Amino acid sequence: MKFMLLQDYGGVENEAVGPMSTWTPEEIEAHIAYQRELNDELTDRGELVDAQALTAPEQAKFVVHDDASAPVVTDGPFPEGKELLAGYRIVDVDSPERALEIAAKGSAAPGPGGVAIRQRIEVREVMGTPGAED
Amino acid sequence: MREWADSEGLLREAAPRALAVVARRFGDFAAAEDAMQEAMFEASSQWPAQGAPESPVGWLIHVASRRMSDRLRSESARRRREELAAAQEPPPGGPGEADAIPDGDDSLALIFMCCHPALSAASAIALTLRAVGGLTTAEIAAAFLVPEATMAQRISRAKQAIKASGAPFEMPVGEEREERLRSVLHVIYLIFNEGYLSSAGNELARAELAGEAIRLTRSLHSALPGDPEVGGLLALMLLTEARRPARSGPNGSLIPLAKQDRSLWSRELIDEGLETIGAAWARGAIGEYQLQAAIAAAHDQASSHEETDWREILALYGLLERVRGNPMVSLNRAIAAAMVDGPAAGLALLEPLEDSLEGHHRLHAARAHLLELAGDGDAAVSEYAAAAERTNSLPERHYLQIKAARLRADRQ
Repeated sequence: MKFMLLQDYGGVENEAVGPMSTWTPEEIEAHIAYQRELNDELTDRGELVDAQALTAPEQAKFVVHDDASAPVVTDGPFPEGKELLAGYRIVDVDSPERALEIAAKGSAAPGPGGVAIRQRIEVREVMGTPGAED
Repeated sequence: MREWADSEGLLREAAPRALAVVARRFGDFAAAEDAMQEAMFEASSQWPAQGAPESPVGWLIHVASRRMSDRLRSESARRRREELAAAQEPPPGGPGEADAIPDGDDSLALIFMCCHPALSAASAIALTLRAVGGLTTAEIAAAFLVPEATMAQRISRAKQAIKASGAPFEMPVGEEREERLRSVLHVIYLIFNEGYLSSAGNELARAELAGEAIRLTRSLHSALPGDPEVGGLLALMLLTEARRPARSGPNGSLIPLAKQDRSLWSRELIDEGLETIGAAWARGAIGEYQLQAAIAAAHDQASSHEETDWREILALYGLLERVRGNPMVSLNRAIAAAMVDGPAAGLALLEPLEDSLEGHHRLHAARAHLLELAGDGDAAVSEYAAAAERTNSLPERHYLQIKAARLRADRQ
Protein backbone atom coordinates (compact mmCIF):
# COMPACT_ATOMS: atom_id res chain seq x y z
CA MET A 1 0.00 0.00 0.00
CA LYS A 2 1.22 3.47 -0.86
CA PHE A 3 1.30 6.48 1.39
CA MET A 4 2.17 10.07 0.75
CA LEU A 5 3.95 11.83 3.58
CA LEU A 6 3.67 15.59 3.22
CA GLN A 7 5.28 18.44 5.05
CA ASP A 8 4.66 22.13 4.69
CA TYR A 9 6.95 25.10 5.27
CA GLY A 10 5.67 25.77 8.75
CA GLY A 11 4.53 22.93 10.94
CA VAL A 12 7.64 22.83 13.12
CA GLU A 13 6.18 22.14 16.54
CA ASN A 14 9.39 22.60 18.53
CA GLU A 15 8.94 26.28 19.30
CA ALA A 16 12.61 26.77 20.13
CA VAL A 17 13.49 26.16 16.48
CA GLY A 18 13.93 29.29 14.39
CA PRO A 19 14.07 29.46 10.57
CA MET A 20 16.97 27.61 8.95
CA SER A 21 18.61 30.93 8.10
CA THR A 22 19.47 31.19 11.82
CA TRP A 23 21.08 27.74 12.13
CA THR A 24 24.83 27.09 12.12
CA PRO A 25 26.39 25.46 9.03
CA GLU A 26 26.94 22.24 11.01
CA GLU A 27 23.29 22.13 12.08
CA ILE A 28 22.14 22.58 8.48
CA GLU A 29 24.53 19.86 7.31
CA ALA A 30 23.33 17.45 10.01
CA HIS A 31 19.71 18.06 9.03
CA ILE A 32 20.43 17.44 5.33
CA ALA A 33 22.40 14.28 6.12
CA TYR A 34 19.53 12.97 8.28
CA GLN A 35 16.97 13.43 5.50
CA ARG A 36 19.31 11.84 2.99
CA GLU A 37 20.00 8.84 5.25
CA LEU A 38 16.27 8.34 5.72
CA ASN A 39 15.80 8.27 1.92
CA ASP A 40 18.71 5.84 1.57
CA GLU A 41 17.17 3.57 4.20
CA LEU A 42 13.80 3.63 2.39
CA THR A 43 15.53 2.85 -0.90
CA ASP A 44 17.48 -0.03 0.66
CA ARG A 45 14.29 -1.51 2.08
CA GLY A 46 12.53 -1.20 -1.27
CA GLU A 47 9.97 1.24 0.10
CA LEU A 48 10.80 4.56 -1.53
CA VAL A 49 8.65 5.48 -4.54
CA ASP A 50 9.49 9.16 -4.78
CA ALA A 51 10.85 11.97 -2.65
CA GLN A 52 10.77 15.55 -3.83
CA ALA A 53 11.47 18.95 -2.39
CA LEU A 54 9.65 21.94 -3.87
CA THR A 55 11.02 25.39 -4.57
CA ALA A 56 10.37 28.08 -1.96
CA PRO A 57 6.75 29.25 -1.35
CA GLU A 58 7.80 32.75 -2.47
CA GLN A 59 8.09 31.29 -5.98
CA ALA A 60 4.58 29.79 -5.89
CA LYS A 61 1.77 30.98 -8.14
CA PHE A 62 -1.96 30.39 -7.90
CA VAL A 63 -4.07 29.98 -11.02
CA VAL A 64 -7.84 30.27 -11.28
CA HIS A 65 -9.73 30.10 -14.55
CA ASP A 66 -13.43 30.31 -15.39
CA ASP A 67 -12.93 29.10 -18.95
CA ALA A 68 -14.22 32.44 -20.24
CA SER A 69 -12.05 35.38 -19.32
CA ALA A 70 -8.24 35.28 -19.03
CA PRO A 71 -6.88 33.00 -16.29
CA VAL A 72 -6.11 34.82 -13.04
CA VAL A 73 -2.54 34.16 -11.91
CA THR A 74 -1.58 35.32 -8.42
CA ASP A 75 2.10 35.72 -7.51
CA GLY A 76 3.59 35.34 -4.05
CA PRO A 77 4.58 36.09 -1.45
CA PHE A 78 1.50 34.73 0.26
CA PRO A 79 0.45 35.40 3.84
CA GLU A 80 -0.33 31.69 4.15
CA GLY A 81 3.13 30.77 2.77
CA LYS A 82 3.88 28.60 5.81
CA GLU A 83 0.96 26.36 4.93
CA LEU A 84 2.29 25.63 1.48
CA LEU A 85 3.83 22.29 0.68
CA ALA A 86 7.61 22.08 1.14
CA GLY A 87 8.08 18.53 -0.02
CA TYR A 88 6.84 14.98 0.14
CA ARG A 89 7.79 11.32 0.19
CA ILE A 90 5.75 8.55 -1.38
CA VAL A 91 6.42 5.17 0.19
CA ASP A 92 5.17 1.71 -0.68
CA VAL A 93 4.90 -0.24 2.57
CA ASP A 94 3.40 -3.40 4.01
CA SER A 95 1.26 -1.73 6.65
CA PRO A 96 -0.11 1.63 7.76
CA GLU A 97 2.00 1.22 10.90
CA ARG A 98 5.17 1.27 8.84
CA ALA A 99 4.05 4.49 7.10
CA LEU A 100 3.55 6.09 10.52
CA GLU A 101 6.94 4.85 11.65
CA ILE A 102 8.59 6.48 8.62
CA ALA A 103 6.65 9.70 9.21
CA ALA A 104 7.81 9.68 12.84
CA LYS A 105 11.41 9.37 11.72
CA GLY A 106 10.99 12.26 9.29
CA SER A 107 9.40 14.36 12.01
CA ALA A 108 12.33 13.93 14.39
CA ALA A 109 14.91 15.43 11.99
CA PRO A 110 17.53 17.38 13.94
CA GLY A 111 17.59 21.17 14.22
CA PRO A 112 19.71 23.59 16.27
CA GLY A 113 21.73 21.78 18.95
CA GLY A 114 20.77 18.44 17.37
CA VAL A 115 17.32 18.60 19.01
CA ALA A 116 14.38 17.14 17.03
CA ILE A 117 12.43 19.89 15.27
CA ARG A 118 9.15 17.92 15.56
CA GLN A 119 8.06 18.62 12.00
CA ARG A 120 4.37 17.91 11.48
CA ILE A 121 3.97 15.22 8.81
CA GLU A 122 0.67 14.63 7.07
CA VAL A 123 0.20 10.92 6.31
CA ARG A 124 -2.23 10.12 3.51
CA GLU A 125 -2.89 6.82 1.85
CA VAL A 126 -2.76 6.98 -1.94
CA MET A 127 -5.87 5.62 -3.65
CA GLY A 128 -5.16 2.08 -4.77
CA THR A 129 -6.41 -0.46 -7.25
CA PRO A 130 -10.12 -1.23 -6.88
CA GLY A 131 -10.59 -4.56 -5.10
CA ALA A 132 -6.95 -4.80 -4.07
CA GLU A 133 -6.87 -6.43 -0.66
CA ASP A 134 -3.37 -5.71 0.61
CA MET B 1 24.89 -14.14 -18.90
CA ARG B 2 28.00 -12.56 -20.32
CA GLU B 3 27.01 -13.53 -23.81
CA TRP B 4 23.72 -11.74 -23.45
CA ALA B 5 25.44 -8.61 -22.17
CA ASP B 6 27.57 -8.78 -25.30
CA SER B 7 24.65 -9.12 -27.66
CA GLU B 8 22.86 -6.30 -25.85
CA GLY B 9 25.81 -4.01 -26.56
CA LEU B 10 25.98 -5.31 -30.11
CA LEU B 11 22.31 -4.56 -30.59
CA ARG B 12 22.62 -1.02 -29.27
CA GLU B 13 25.54 -0.39 -31.57
CA ALA B 14 23.92 -1.91 -34.64
CA ALA B 15 20.33 -0.65 -34.37
CA PRO B 16 20.88 3.06 -35.17
CA ARG B 17 23.01 2.17 -38.20
CA ALA B 18 20.40 -0.27 -39.44
CA LEU B 19 17.61 2.24 -38.82
CA ALA B 20 19.39 4.83 -40.93
CA VAL B 21 19.48 2.45 -43.88
CA VAL B 22 15.85 1.36 -43.55
CA ALA B 23 14.61 4.94 -43.11
CA ARG B 24 16.37 6.02 -46.30
CA ARG B 25 15.31 2.96 -48.26
CA PHE B 26 11.64 3.41 -47.45
CA GLY B 27 11.68 7.18 -47.10
CA ASP B 28 9.53 6.96 -43.97
CA PHE B 29 11.41 7.61 -40.78
CA ALA B 30 8.49 7.17 -38.36
CA ALA B 31 7.46 3.78 -39.74
CA ALA B 32 11.08 2.66 -40.01
CA GLU B 33 11.62 3.48 -36.35
CA ASP B 34 8.59 1.37 -35.40
CA ALA B 35 9.84 -1.50 -37.54
CA MET B 36 13.30 -1.26 -35.98
CA GLN B 37 11.77 -1.46 -32.49
CA GLU B 38 10.11 -4.72 -33.54
CA ALA B 39 13.32 -6.02 -35.07
CA MET B 40 15.21 -5.17 -31.88
CA PHE B 41 12.62 -6.99 -29.83
CA GLU B 42 13.04 -10.03 -32.02
CA ALA B 43 16.81 -9.77 -31.76
CA SER B 44 16.67 -9.55 -27.99
CA SER B 45 14.83 -12.86 -27.81
CA GLN B 46 16.83 -14.65 -30.56
CA TRP B 47 20.42 -13.52 -30.22
CA PRO B 48 21.04 -14.59 -26.62
CA ALA B 49 19.73 -18.10 -27.37
CA GLN B 50 21.06 -18.65 -30.87
CA GLY B 51 24.08 -16.40 -30.82
CA ALA B 52 24.43 -13.06 -32.54
CA PRO B 53 24.38 -13.12 -36.35
CA GLU B 54 27.51 -12.63 -38.44
CA SER B 55 26.37 -9.15 -39.42
CA PRO B 56 24.08 -7.68 -36.74
CA VAL B 57 23.42 -4.55 -38.82
CA GLY B 58 22.52 -6.62 -41.88
CA TRP B 59 20.28 -8.87 -39.79
CA LEU B 60 18.38 -5.90 -38.36
CA ILE B 61 18.04 -4.24 -41.76
CA HIS B 62 16.67 -7.47 -43.17
CA VAL B 63 14.13 -8.06 -40.40
CA ALA B 64 13.01 -4.43 -40.18
CA SER B 65 12.70 -4.16 -43.97
CA ARG B 66 10.54 -7.26 -44.03
CA ARG B 67 8.31 -5.70 -41.35
CA MET B 68 8.08 -2.55 -43.43
CA SER B 69 7.18 -4.51 -46.53
CA ASP B 70 4.56 -6.53 -44.65
CA ARG B 71 3.02 -3.36 -43.37
CA LEU B 72 3.01 -1.66 -46.74
CA ARG B 73 1.55 -4.73 -48.39
CA SER B 74 -1.20 -5.00 -45.80
CA GLU B 75 -2.30 -1.50 -46.64
CA SER B 76 -3.68 -3.04 -49.79
CA ALA B 77 -5.97 -0.15 -50.58
CA ARG B 78 -2.93 1.87 -51.37
CA ARG B 79 -1.87 0.25 -54.57
CA ARG B 80 0.87 2.72 -55.32
CA ARG B 81 2.63 2.11 -52.07
CA GLU B 82 2.25 -1.61 -52.56
CA GLU B 83 4.21 -1.36 -55.77
CA LEU B 84 6.82 0.67 -53.97
CA ALA B 85 7.11 -2.03 -51.34
CA ALA B 86 7.57 -4.72 -53.94
CA ALA B 87 10.31 -2.72 -55.60
CA GLN B 88 12.09 -2.20 -52.31
CA GLU B 89 11.69 -5.67 -50.90
CA PRO B 90 14.99 -7.02 -49.63
CA PRO B 91 16.59 -9.79 -51.67
CA PRO B 92 15.41 -13.26 -50.61
CA GLY B 93 17.64 -15.67 -48.74
CA GLY B 94 18.82 -13.56 -45.82
CA PRO B 95 20.72 -10.34 -45.52
CA GLY B 96 23.00 -9.59 -48.44
CA GLU B 97 26.38 -7.89 -48.30
CA ALA B 98 24.99 -4.54 -49.35
CA ASP B 99 22.64 -4.55 -46.37
CA ALA B 100 25.53 -4.65 -43.97
CA ILE B 101 27.21 -1.47 -45.12
CA PRO B 102 25.25 1.61 -44.11
CA ASP B 103 26.25 4.78 -45.82
CA GLY B 104 27.92 7.26 -43.44
CA ASP B 105 25.49 9.89 -44.70
CA ASP B 106 22.55 7.78 -43.56
CA SER B 107 23.72 7.84 -39.96
CA LEU B 108 24.15 11.60 -40.14
CA ALA B 109 20.73 12.03 -41.74
CA LEU B 110 19.30 10.00 -38.86
CA ILE B 111 20.57 12.32 -36.14
CA PHE B 112 19.63 15.41 -38.16
CA MET B 113 16.12 13.99 -38.42
CA CYS B 114 15.84 13.32 -34.68
CA CYS B 115 16.99 16.84 -33.81
CA HIS B 116 14.65 18.46 -36.32
CA PRO B 117 13.73 22.03 -35.33
CA ALA B 118 10.02 21.12 -35.59
CA LEU B 119 10.48 19.24 -32.29
CA SER B 120 10.55 20.62 -28.77
CA ALA B 121 13.85 20.10 -26.99
CA ALA B 122 12.38 17.41 -24.73
CA SER B 123 11.00 15.47 -27.71
CA ALA B 124 14.21 15.75 -29.72
CA ILE B 125 16.22 14.51 -26.74
CA ALA B 126 13.97 11.48 -26.23
CA LEU B 127 13.89 10.58 -29.91
CA THR B 128 17.65 10.99 -30.34
CA LEU B 129 18.39 8.77 -27.36
CA ARG B 130 16.16 6.03 -28.68
CA ALA B 131 16.75 6.16 -32.43
CA VAL B 132 20.43 7.18 -32.44
CA GLY B 133 21.54 6.17 -28.96
CA GLY B 134 19.79 2.81 -29.09
CA LEU B 135 18.41 3.21 -25.55
CA THR B 136 15.10 1.58 -24.70
CA THR B 137 12.07 3.69 -23.87
CA ALA B 138 12.24 2.35 -20.31
CA GLU B 139 15.86 3.46 -19.96
CA ILE B 140 15.11 6.94 -21.25
CA ALA B 141 12.06 7.22 -19.00
CA ALA B 142 14.16 6.23 -16.00
CA ALA B 143 16.85 8.77 -16.87
CA PHE B 144 14.31 11.60 -16.96
CA LEU B 145 12.21 10.29 -14.06
CA VAL B 146 8.93 10.10 -15.97
CA PRO B 147 6.63 7.09 -16.37
CA GLU B 148 7.49 4.84 -19.31
CA ALA B 149 4.06 5.38 -20.92
CA THR B 150 4.66 9.14 -20.88
CA MET B 151 8.05 8.74 -22.54
CA ALA B 152 6.62 6.34 -25.15
CA GLN B 153 3.98 8.92 -25.97
CA ARG B 154 6.54 11.72 -26.17
CA ILE B 155 8.57 9.71 -28.68
CA SER B 156 5.53 8.77 -30.72
CA ARG B 157 4.38 12.40 -30.88
CA ALA B 158 7.88 13.45 -31.90
CA LYS B 159 7.75 11.04 -34.82
CA GLN B 160 4.32 12.37 -35.82
CA ALA B 161 5.64 15.92 -35.71
CA ILE B 162 8.48 14.96 -38.05
CA LYS B 163 6.06 13.28 -40.39
CA ALA B 164 3.78 16.32 -40.33
CA SER B 165 6.70 18.63 -41.09
CA GLY B 166 7.23 16.69 -44.31
CA ALA B 167 11.00 16.74 -43.82
CA PRO B 168 12.59 14.20 -46.17
CA PHE B 169 15.05 11.63 -44.82
CA GLU B 170 18.17 13.17 -46.26
CA MET B 171 21.00 15.44 -45.30
CA PRO B 172 20.04 19.10 -45.56
CA VAL B 173 22.35 21.19 -47.72
CA GLY B 174 23.83 24.69 -47.72
CA GLU B 175 22.66 27.16 -45.13
CA GLU B 176 19.96 24.83 -43.86
CA ARG B 177 22.62 22.26 -43.09
CA GLU B 178 24.48 24.75 -40.86
CA GLU B 179 21.32 25.67 -39.05
CA ARG B 180 20.24 22.07 -38.60
CA LEU B 181 23.70 21.14 -37.33
CA ARG B 182 23.31 23.83 -34.68
CA SER B 183 20.11 22.20 -33.41
CA VAL B 184 21.82 18.79 -33.42
CA LEU B 185 24.66 20.16 -31.28
CA HIS B 186 22.21 21.93 -29.01
CA VAL B 187 20.18 18.77 -28.39
CA ILE B 188 23.30 16.73 -27.61
CA TYR B 189 24.55 19.48 -25.31
CA LEU B 190 21.23 19.42 -23.45
CA ILE B 191 21.55 15.65 -23.01
CA PHE B 192 25.01 16.15 -21.59
CA ASN B 193 23.87 18.88 -19.21
CA GLU B 194 20.99 16.76 -18.01
CA GLY B 195 23.53 14.07 -17.22
CA TYR B 196 26.11 16.38 -15.72
CA LEU B 197 24.14 19.06 -13.90
CA SER B 198 20.78 17.60 -12.99
CA SER B 199 20.29 16.65 -9.38
CA ALA B 200 17.47 14.31 -10.23
CA GLY B 201 17.95 10.57 -10.44
CA ASN B 202 20.87 8.54 -9.24
CA GLU B 203 24.47 9.39 -9.99
CA LEU B 204 24.98 6.30 -12.12
CA ALA B 205 22.06 7.00 -14.47
CA ARG B 206 23.25 10.56 -14.91
CA ALA B 207 26.82 9.51 -15.67
CA GLU B 208 25.43 7.19 -18.34
CA LEU B 209 23.47 10.03 -19.90
CA ALA B 210 26.56 12.24 -20.06
CA GLY B 211 28.49 9.30 -21.47
CA GLU B 212 25.83 8.81 -24.12
CA ALA B 213 26.06 12.49 -25.12
CA ILE B 214 29.83 12.11 -25.49
CA ARG B 215 29.40 8.94 -27.54
CA LEU B 216 26.94 10.71 -29.88
CA THR B 217 29.31 13.66 -30.30
CA ARG B 218 32.22 11.33 -30.97
CA SER B 219 30.37 9.64 -33.82
CA LEU B 220 29.25 13.02 -35.16
CA HIS B 221 32.87 14.16 -34.94
CA SER B 222 34.13 11.18 -36.91
CA ALA B 223 31.46 11.81 -39.57
CA LEU B 224 32.22 15.54 -39.73
CA PRO B 225 35.90 15.75 -38.73
CA GLY B 226 36.31 19.15 -40.41
CA ASP B 227 33.60 20.96 -38.45
CA PRO B 228 35.24 23.05 -35.72
CA GLU B 229 32.06 23.42 -33.64
CA VAL B 230 31.51 19.65 -33.49
CA GLY B 231 35.10 19.36 -32.28
CA GLY B 232 34.46 22.24 -29.90
CA LEU B 233 31.42 20.55 -28.37
CA LEU B 234 33.26 17.25 -27.99
CA ALA B 235 36.16 19.03 -26.28
CA LEU B 236 33.80 20.97 -24.01
CA MET B 237 32.12 17.77 -22.85
CA LEU B 238 35.39 15.91 -22.28
CA LEU B 239 36.93 18.82 -20.36
CA THR B 240 33.79 19.14 -18.21
CA GLU B 241 33.26 15.42 -17.67
CA ALA B 242 36.88 15.19 -16.51
CA ARG B 243 35.89 16.99 -13.29
CA ARG B 244 32.99 14.70 -12.41
CA PRO B 245 34.89 12.69 -9.75
CA ALA B 246 35.64 15.90 -7.83
CA ARG B 247 32.39 17.78 -8.11
CA SER B 248 30.36 16.21 -5.34
CA GLY B 249 31.11 15.24 -1.79
CA PRO B 250 29.53 12.76 0.59
CA ASN B 251 25.71 12.98 0.65
CA GLY B 252 25.76 14.33 -2.90
CA SER B 253 26.78 17.78 -1.71
CA LEU B 254 27.98 20.24 -4.33
CA ILE B 255 31.68 21.13 -4.48
CA PRO B 256 32.34 24.30 -6.50
CA LEU B 257 35.26 24.48 -8.92
CA ALA B 258 37.33 26.58 -6.52
CA LYS B 259 37.20 23.90 -3.82
CA GLN B 260 37.56 20.76 -5.91
CA ASP B 261 40.41 18.33 -5.30
CA ARG B 262 42.04 18.67 -8.71
CA SER B 263 44.02 15.47 -8.30
CA LEU B 264 40.72 13.63 -8.79
CA TRP B 265 40.20 15.12 -12.25
CA SER B 266 40.58 12.66 -15.10
CA ARG B 267 43.93 13.33 -16.75
CA GLU B 268 42.97 11.11 -19.65
CA LEU B 269 39.81 13.08 -20.50
CA ILE B 270 41.61 16.40 -20.08
CA ASP B 271 44.38 15.34 -22.47
CA GLU B 272 41.88 14.18 -25.07
CA GLY B 273 39.84 17.35 -24.62
CA LEU B 274 42.90 19.58 -25.03
CA GLU B 275 43.94 17.74 -28.16
CA THR B 276 40.43 18.00 -29.60
CA ILE B 277 40.04 21.71 -28.89
CA GLY B 278 43.52 22.36 -30.28
CA ALA B 279 42.61 20.70 -33.56
CA ALA B 280 39.24 22.50 -33.77
CA TRP B 281 40.84 25.83 -32.91
CA ALA B 282 43.37 25.42 -35.74
CA ARG B 283 40.56 25.41 -38.27
CA GLY B 284 39.94 29.11 -37.87
CA ALA B 285 36.19 29.67 -37.59
CA ILE B 286 35.49 30.39 -33.92
CA GLY B 287 32.13 29.35 -32.49
CA GLU B 288 30.44 29.24 -29.10
CA TYR B 289 31.32 25.65 -28.24
CA GLN B 290 34.98 26.14 -29.05
CA LEU B 291 35.04 29.21 -26.83
CA GLN B 292 33.34 27.40 -23.97
CA ALA B 293 35.76 24.50 -24.43
CA ALA B 294 38.70 26.92 -24.33
CA ILE B 295 37.37 28.32 -21.04
CA ALA B 296 36.98 24.80 -19.64
CA ALA B 297 40.52 24.04 -20.84
CA ALA B 298 41.91 27.08 -18.99
CA HIS B 299 40.31 25.81 -15.77
CA ASP B 300 41.44 22.23 -16.32
CA GLN B 301 45.05 23.28 -16.91
CA ALA B 302 45.29 25.34 -13.72
CA SER B 303 46.86 23.64 -10.71
CA SER B 304 44.60 25.62 -8.38
CA HIS B 305 41.83 28.20 -8.39
CA GLU B 306 44.35 30.93 -7.64
CA GLU B 307 46.75 29.79 -10.37
CA THR B 308 43.98 29.98 -12.99
CA ASP B 309 44.71 32.20 -15.97
CA TRP B 310 41.79 34.55 -15.29
CA ARG B 311 43.01 37.05 -17.87
CA GLU B 312 42.62 34.49 -20.60
CA ILE B 313 39.22 33.42 -19.27
CA LEU B 314 38.08 37.04 -19.15
CA ALA B 315 39.18 37.54 -22.76
CA LEU B 316 37.41 34.35 -23.85
CA TYR B 317 34.15 35.42 -22.18
CA GLY B 318 34.49 38.75 -23.97
CA LEU B 319 34.72 36.89 -27.28
CA LEU B 320 31.85 34.59 -26.36
CA GLU B 321 29.73 37.63 -25.52
CA ARG B 322 30.33 38.89 -29.06
CA VAL B 323 29.81 35.53 -30.81
CA ARG B 324 26.78 34.40 -28.84
CA GLY B 325 25.96 36.94 -26.17
CA ASN B 326 23.38 36.28 -23.51
CA PRO B 327 22.96 37.51 -19.92
CA MET B 328 24.46 34.30 -18.49
CA VAL B 329 27.66 34.80 -20.50
CA SER B 330 27.81 38.40 -19.26
CA LEU B 331 27.39 37.16 -15.70
CA ASN B 332 30.30 34.76 -16.07
CA ARG B 333 32.38 37.49 -17.61
CA ALA B 334 31.65 39.69 -14.57
CA ILE B 335 32.95 36.93 -12.27
CA ALA B 336 36.10 36.55 -14.36
CA ALA B 337 36.56 40.34 -14.32
CA ALA B 338 36.36 40.26 -10.53
CA MET B 339 39.17 37.68 -10.45
CA VAL B 340 41.35 39.90 -12.66
CA ASP B 341 40.48 43.44 -11.55
CA GLY B 342 38.91 42.92 -8.13
CA PRO B 343 35.33 42.44 -6.88
CA ALA B 344 34.27 46.05 -7.48
CA ALA B 345 34.89 45.66 -11.22
CA GLY B 346 32.81 42.47 -11.25
CA LEU B 347 29.96 44.03 -9.28
CA ALA B 348 29.88 46.96 -11.71
CA LEU B 349 29.51 44.52 -14.62
CA LEU B 350 26.63 42.75 -12.84
CA GLU B 351 24.62 45.97 -12.51
CA PRO B 352 23.40 46.15 -16.12
CA LEU B 353 22.08 42.56 -15.76
CA GLU B 354 19.54 43.57 -13.10
CA ASP B 355 16.74 43.74 -15.65
CA SER B 356 17.45 40.75 -17.85
CA LEU B 357 18.21 38.42 -14.92
CA GLU B 358 15.86 39.90 -12.35
CA GLY B 359 15.19 37.43 -9.57
CA HIS B 360 17.41 34.76 -11.13
CA HIS B 361 19.29 32.75 -8.51
CA ARG B 362 22.54 32.91 -10.47
CA LEU B 363 22.55 36.71 -10.32
CA HIS B 364 22.06 36.61 -6.52
CA ALA B 365 24.71 33.92 -6.13
CA ALA B 366 27.24 35.82 -8.26
CA ARG B 367 26.59 39.02 -6.36
CA ALA B 368 26.89 37.17 -3.05
CA HIS B 369 30.23 35.73 -4.09
CA LEU B 370 31.61 39.09 -5.19
CA LEU B 371 30.28 40.90 -2.11
CA GLU B 372 31.97 38.26 0.03
CA LEU B 373 35.26 38.85 -1.82
CA ALA B 374 34.77 42.60 -1.28
CA GLY B 375 34.41 42.00 2.46
CA ASP B 376 30.75 43.06 2.67
CA GLY B 377 29.64 40.05 4.71
CA ASP B 378 26.16 41.23 5.69
CA ALA B 379 25.13 41.95 2.13
CA ALA B 380 26.70 38.67 0.98
CA VAL B 381 24.69 36.68 3.54
CA SER B 382 21.39 38.11 2.34
CA GLU B 383 22.32 37.56 -1.31
CA TYR B 384 23.27 33.93 -0.61
CA ALA B 385 19.95 33.48 1.17
CA ALA B 386 18.07 35.05 -1.76
CA ALA B 387 19.87 32.74 -4.17
CA ALA B 388 19.06 29.69 -1.99
CA GLU B 389 15.40 30.66 -2.02
CA ARG B 390 15.30 30.86 -5.81
CA THR B 391 17.33 27.92 -7.08
CA ASN B 392 15.50 24.85 -8.27
CA SER B 393 18.38 22.50 -7.56
CA LEU B 394 18.37 20.86 -4.14
CA PRO B 395 22.17 20.36 -3.84
CA GLU B 396 22.63 23.98 -4.87
CA ARG B 397 20.05 25.16 -2.37
CA HIS B 398 21.89 23.28 0.38
CA TYR B 399 25.24 24.65 -0.75
CA LEU B 400 23.95 28.24 -0.71
CA GLN B 401 22.21 27.83 2.67
CA ILE B 402 25.38 26.48 4.24
CA LYS B 403 27.45 29.20 2.59
CA ALA B 404 25.17 31.86 4.12
CA ALA B 405 25.27 30.16 7.52
CA ARG B 406 29.05 29.85 7.49
CA LEU B 407 29.54 33.50 6.59
CA ARG B 408 27.09 34.50 9.31
CA ALA B 409 28.87 32.32 11.87
CA ASP B 410 32.25 33.83 10.92
CA ARG B 411 30.95 37.30 11.61
CA GLN B 412 29.72 36.55 15.10
